[in-house]
Amino acid sequence: MTIEVKNLVKTFGSFRALDGVDLKVNDGELLALLGPSGSGKTTLLRIVAGLDWPDAGEVTFNGEDALAQGARERHVGFVFQHYALFRHMTVFENVAFGLRVQPRAIRKDEATIRARVKELLDLVQLDWLADRYPSQLSGGQRQRIALARALAIEPRILLLDEPFGALDAKVRKELRKWLRSLHHEISVTSIFVTHDQEEALEVANRVVVMDKGRIEQIGSPDDVYERPASAFVHGFIGESIELPVQVEGGVVRLGDQPLTLAADGIAPGASKLFVRRHDMLVGPPGSGAFEGAVHHVRNFGPVQRAEVVLSGGETIEIDAPRDRELRAGDTIGLAPRRYRIFAG
Amino acid sequence: MTMQIADSVSLASPDARAHAAAARDSLRTEPPAIRIAIIALAVTFLAIFVVLPLVLVFAQAFSHGILAYFAALAEPEALAAIKLTLLVAAISVGLNLVFGLVAAWAIAKFEFPGKTFLITLIDLPFSVSPVISGLVFVLLFGAQGYFGGWLRDHDIQILFAVPGIALATTFVTFPFVARALIPLMQEQGTQEEEAAVSLGASGLQTFFRVTLPNIKWGVLYGVLLCNARAMGEFGAVSVVSGHIRGETNTMPLLVEILYNEYQFVAAFAIASLLAMLALITLIAKTVLERHLVEGDESRDH
Repeated sequence: MTIEVKNLVKTFGSFRALDGVDLKVNDGELLALLGPSGSGKTTLLRIVAGLDWPDAGEVTFNGEDALAQGARERHVGFVFQHYALFRHMTVFENVAFGLRVQPRAIRKDEATIRARVKELLDLVQLDWLADRYPSQLSGGQRQRIALARALAIEPRILLLDEPFGALDAKVRKELRKWLRSLHHEISVTSIFVTHDQEEALEVANRVVVMDKGRIEQIGSPDDVYERPASAFVHGFIGESIELPVQVEGGVVRLGDQPLTLAADGIAPGASKLFVRRHDMLVGPPGSGAFEGAVHHVRNFGPVQRAEVVLSGGETIEIDAPRDRELRAGDTIGLAPRRYRIFAG
Repeated sequence: MTMQIADSVSLASPDARAHAAAARDSLRTEPPAIRIAIIALAVTFLAIFVVLPLVLVFAQAFSHGILAYFAALAEPEALAAIKLTLLVAAISVGLNLVFGLVAAWAIAKFEFPGKTFLITLIDLPFSVSPVISGLVFVLLFGAQGYFGGWLRDHDIQILFAVPGIALATTFVTFPFVARALIPLMQEQGTQEEEAAVSLGASGLQTFFRVTLPNIKWGVLYGVLLCNARAMGEFGAVSVVSGHIRGETNTMPLLVEILYNEYQFVAAFAIASLLAMLALITLIAKTVLERHLVEGDESRDH
């Protein structure tokens, strides 16, 4: 099932949640919508599911108009951040719900429903919880049941709204791996919303980065990390150092200091220089484009994180390997191994 | 380390432990004299204002023996009043169940302009004196009222008849079901309904399989309170009933009439039925509240 979204606009009062969004989701892929809160990612997901309606724009499933159908007819599996399990039903009845509410003409008989629910509970590895109520389960178990419930109707599309957002870090990491292998197994076209870049990069085939109701970049996890298309994407994904610079006649200046950095093809004017924290190489003073004094050092496993005050007065944080110990008070040179300059 | 801690505990003298316990207790309680005084005050108050009147109702009802009690209840007038009260309560509880569910559903699950105004309107019967609630219907349907002429021309009797009493009672008891359900449904949100719809459930299936089971204890709670008030309503009903003996007298109205005619046994016999209704309501209310709290807890996890 391919999903195509064209020029989607949605406002809530004076707030533009979606501001002209175009997106194509390929058959069988696992796509992540990544962005800060308020970026419109959940609104987009809810419109695809039929739980919200756009002010303008198109949504098509395999070329057919999805907006002509209600949520009920779209055959979309939806997994909510807070599970939304039916609290008065057992786990078994929760998963069976979608099968029991089918029109009489196509409803399966009881034995078939039981077999199917059993199969789904096996798939999410929770068959031993069939007779429990949702309130007796842990968060991770609840979310897996919610997923089994959504899969029961054999959805054409699976939509997950911050599925792991309410879980603790360890469970979240486990479920992430599990979701990826599950998707590999059932390969239904899936979109999942997250504000956690690590989650998006680890799970998805493609990542859509959103901000303020617009799509900033669509690409593979490598693309958005290695080749961010905008200042926002660079700042949002991965830990970055951001410095305000001036570009004039191919020369990059930080304050009034010229930097020995190439600025080919960058329009003159105020710009932003981005460097990943671990791409700042530490050397003796004068060895790189920057010079600074180490202010403070903390160790994080394999790296040391140093707060460095540059000669121009800006404070930055760098991640350096621990083969050469830095100490507060050291004067060091810093050479960016890779960097990006964005106009504006 | 653990050994040391265990030792130090076992080495503490019984005296020291008793002292520590006393210190702990004094943080939580008052001296005995104050405790006894406060409890005595509360018990006296309860006895005078709650227990004594209740006992008196039954004592008066049975003052001429159990036979006189049942004879008073078997009077045609008394039977008619009981029947009318049950009928009116059934009508108004039925109507308010539907109105309350619809109003609570609309308020809790949807956003629309004028929502706050609607919530205020629902509370109106609580803030208006029941006598005025009754007078409103006299103004509307009375002989000199807005619809009075039309009703007379078409030979429809509303005032001084069952429809008027049912209308007034329904108006007065309108907030109970809605009030019980609005906070409950607001707290539960719309996600379960959204999940149900995305799983292919129709509107009715969603309501009966998801929404209603989640609020059933709240519904029962509202119905219970609504019923108690409907059976006990005096003011509004008194204005619209016309006090036609054996026809438009509900139980509370009959109690007043009998009392004014010095028929104390009969008056208190009917009153004892209303008192029993109140006791049953209280017990049922306690049971329901326990269920509501349990529902809350299962939601919190």
